[in-house]
Order: sequence, then C-alpha cells, then structure tokens
Amino acid sequence: MVHINCKKRLLSAHGSMDLSADFSVSPGEFVSFFGPSGSGKTSILRMIAGLMNPDEGFIEIDGETWFDSLKKFNLVPQKRRVGFVFQDYALFPHMTVRENIRFACEAKNDFSFVDELLRVIHLKELENELPLKLSGGQKQRVALARALARKPKILLLDEPFSALDMEMRIQLQREVLDIYERFKTTTVFVSHDVSEVFKMSKRIFILEDGKIVRSGLPQEIFIENNLSGKFKFIGKIVDIVKDGFLNILVVQVDNNLIRVVATDDEARGLNIGNNVIVASKAFNPIIMKY
Amino acid sequence: MLRQMKFLFYSGINMIYDLSPITLTFKLAFITTAILLLIGIPLAYWIAFTRRKIKYFVETLVSMPLILPPTVLGFYLLVFFSPRHGLGKFLESVFDIRVVFSFTGLVIGSVIFSLPFMVNSIKSGFQNLPSSLSEASYTLGKSRFQTLCQVLLPNMKPSLLTGIVMSFAHTIGEFGVVLMIGGNIPGQTRLASIAIYGEVEALNYAAANFYSLVLISISFIVLFMLYISNKRVSQVY
Repeated sequence: MVHINCKKRLLSAHGSMDLSADFSVSPGEFVSFFGPSGSGKTSILRMIAGLMNPDEGFIEIDGETWFDSLKKFNLVPQKRRVGFVFQDYALFPHMTVRENIRFACEAKNDFSFVDELLRVIHLKELENELPLKLSGGQKQRVALARALARKPKILLLDEPFSALDMEMRIQLQREVLDIYERFKTTTVFVSHDVSEVFKMSKRIFILEDGKIVRSGLPQEIFIENNLSGKFKFIGKIVDIVKDGFLNILVVQVDNNLIRVVATDDEARGLNIGNNVIVASKAFNPIIMKY
Repeated sequence: MLRQMKFLFYSGINMIYDLSPITLTFKLAFITTAILLLIGIPLAYWIAFTRRKIKYFVETLVSMPLILPPTVLGFYLLVFFSPRHGLGKFLESVFDIRVVFSFTGLVIGSVIFSLPFMVNSIKSGFQNLPSSLSEASYTLGKSRFQTLCQVLLPNMKPSLLTGIVMSFAHTIGEFGVVLMIGGNIPGQTRLASIAIYGEVEALNYAAANFYSLVLISISFIVLFMLYISNKRVSQVY
C-alpha cells in the first residue's frame, strides 16, 4: 500500500505554485495522474523517487517510511526501491542494451532475469547494441526493462510515450499493459494525453495547479453521467467539414479516422484539436471480424 | 637568411646538445597532468553540482592563473615557500623538503598554473551531461561515487581528454612561473623553455633552435592527436 501526503512550493514560469498531493494506491494498482503540463505531475513522481524533497508531509510505501518531515526522516533515492522511467529515457549511452539492464540488477549474475526482461521487451536480438542505434520506441522499452530490473516496489512512468509517434505510442501502451499484467508492479503513470490515461489506468487523479481536483475510474471521470451510451470512445477532432445542413467531424480514435455527423447545436463550440466523446445510444453497433 | 638557416641546421646536427631540458620538461608535464587529474575531477565535480555560494569564490580562485601574469604567481610562490620563514621553513626543518629552486617547486607551480585548464574542461563536461543520467543511476541504487565512475566519467571522455591535453601542453609551454620558482639549474629545474631563453641570451642560436624545433614538433603532434581522437570519441555518442 502506498500512502502519500506531501506539500511542496514549486517555482514555475507563472510564479510559485503550491503542490499538494494526498493519495493512496493499493498494491499492484495502476493509477494515472492527468493534467496539463506544469500542473505538478512530474514533481509528484520525483518526490516519490527522492529526487525532490517535499517541504512537509510523509511518503510511506508498503509500511516503509521513505519521507517524514515530522521525524526529519528522508531516505536517499538509492535506498528507495523505485523504477523510474524518464521522459528522455536516460539510457547510459556508453552501455549496450544488455549492460544498461544489468546495471540495474542487484545480483550481478542474475542473467536469467536480464534475459527474461530482454525477451519481454522484444529486444533480445539488439542486446549488444548501444542506445544510439535504437529507435525512440526501442529506447523507451529498454528504459522500462531497466526500471523493472531493480524489482521495484513502485514503478514511476513520467510521460513515457510523449516523444513517440502515434503508431509507436499505441503499440507501446499495449506492451506496457502486458508487462504490467505480467509483473503486477504498483504503477504511477503520468500523462497529459486523455486517450492514453483513459486506456491505461484503473484509477485516475486529475491534477490542476498542484491540487488533485478529482479522482475515480476512467469512465466516471471522462464520461458525463447523463450519457448512458451503449458504446463510447474518446477521440480528437482532426477536421470539421460543413456540408449543407450537416457538419461532418473527422475524429481520430487511436489510429483510426471516423466520420461523425453532428448537428449545428452539437458542432457549436467544437474546434479542431478538441477531445470529444463519441457515443451511441439508440443503435447497436455492427461488429464484424477484422 | 637561407644561409643562416642552413648554418643553424648543420651546426645543430653537429653539436651534441644536453637533452636534459627536454626530458625534464616532459617529466614535469606528465607528473603535473597526473596530479591535476586527481585534483581536477573531484574539484570540478564539486563546482559543477554544489549549490553553495562559496563555489563562485573557488571558481574565481581556480581561474585566476588565466589572467594573472605568470610572474605574479611565481613571485608569491617564491615568497610563500621561502625557506626563511613560514611554510617553507616548516617544510625544510620538518620534512627536509625545499620547494624553491627545486623540481618539487616546479610541480607545485605548474599544478596551480594549469589548474583552470583541467578543472574548467571537466566542469563543462559534467554540466553538459543531462541530469536525468545521474538521477537514473541514483534511482537504480548506485551511490554518488559509483555513478561518477560508472556513468558520468565514461560519458565525458572528450572533456577529460581536452583537460588532459590542455594541461599537458600548457605545462610544456610554461615560462614565467617556472623561471621564478625553479630558476635555471641544469638537470634539476632547467626546462626547455628556460633553456631556449638562456641559449638566446648567450647568442647560442643553434641550441635555441634545436630546443624550439623539438617543442614545436611535439606540441603539434599532441594537439593533432587530440583532435583526431576527440572526433572518434564523439562519434560514438
């Protein structure tokens, strides 16, 4: 069980902001922090990892205290069992894929675990390559494997897919979920992408200006309650075409483009780039094998 | 002019020169560079990562030799280590070490004088590494020392190489400091640069020419190798 209650004054471009994080995560749970950049998501992860010290509060992981301002206790990052996946991967450029992963293993001769991780991330053939030779997606997989090699109590993913293109993103999201299913490590995931957070996590915390303003299941958070649709998904408006009386919205869901007809009322206030929910109430969708 | 050059060349070959200024110069450069590497890495690490204000004071001190005339440094070293009083007296009476007009004095002077070249290159090497590299290493359970040796230093080889070669080359080219503190004792403190000055003063141009040519060739080779290997190292990353 993870209990965190921390306060920290952060200095940002818009002046200072008081970050206040008070939440718990059950063992093996996958939770997400969602919010615009600058809302304090990454700072929460950095405080858990010990890379940033809270001004006050406590951090407790599986009954172990990692930080407690009242007792003036602060465990160094080296002694906190976290797996941190950085936005810029932070792979060690002078080590091969294999060496990067082995560097994180506590038992230096735990070759079978390194091999298992290499297989899980599908990079067994590239194990002797330097990170320079890898694509963004491959680098991120190595970073993930390296974080898991430490057998962490908590896995911290800091916008791990933000530098990848859409296709790679979707593939990696799936792989991260597979890996999560396999190891069941308690995971805190941070992103500013709605569809990603919606798809990935069991529970979501919405962060605005350093405060958790809402939390709950993805459906509760993102889908309005008055909409009891039979099927619904979240997408992004790519184009709006006015065709006579009709508005045709082109909505991107994952990597599919869907054309949806909207009335003038519905289309009012919608712009290209908005995230929208597309839902159907009256008709059964047709399902065919693809 | 051409006749003069020819004369210098042939007389240079015919004469047997004392090679000790050359060997002494390189011995000094090796020792100085080794000491600077040992001092430079921890000092540069501290300057690059500390948040304490005193670092600006230390940085200024380290860089002072860049702007001071070498004679100023040499003069104060001479005064400071004078066997008549203070530290010099203490060293001589307790450890029987005389710093002034000795090889030890040359080493101390050169280390101080070349310190900015070593420290500044290593410092910028540290500062150019993304901070996530050391943070990743910390979260993987590695201590600061392990991180320094296994993650940071291997990824800043070009800066280390620049620091080493610059200090080495700079020590070879020193004149003012070593003349002030070392003097001109053959075989002990008579370095190539001082030997050249002495030979010119004695109107012995052939010898001056010989020493100068050796210095020019070796400096060229050292710098040339630096640029070639630096390119190779930076291609890896």
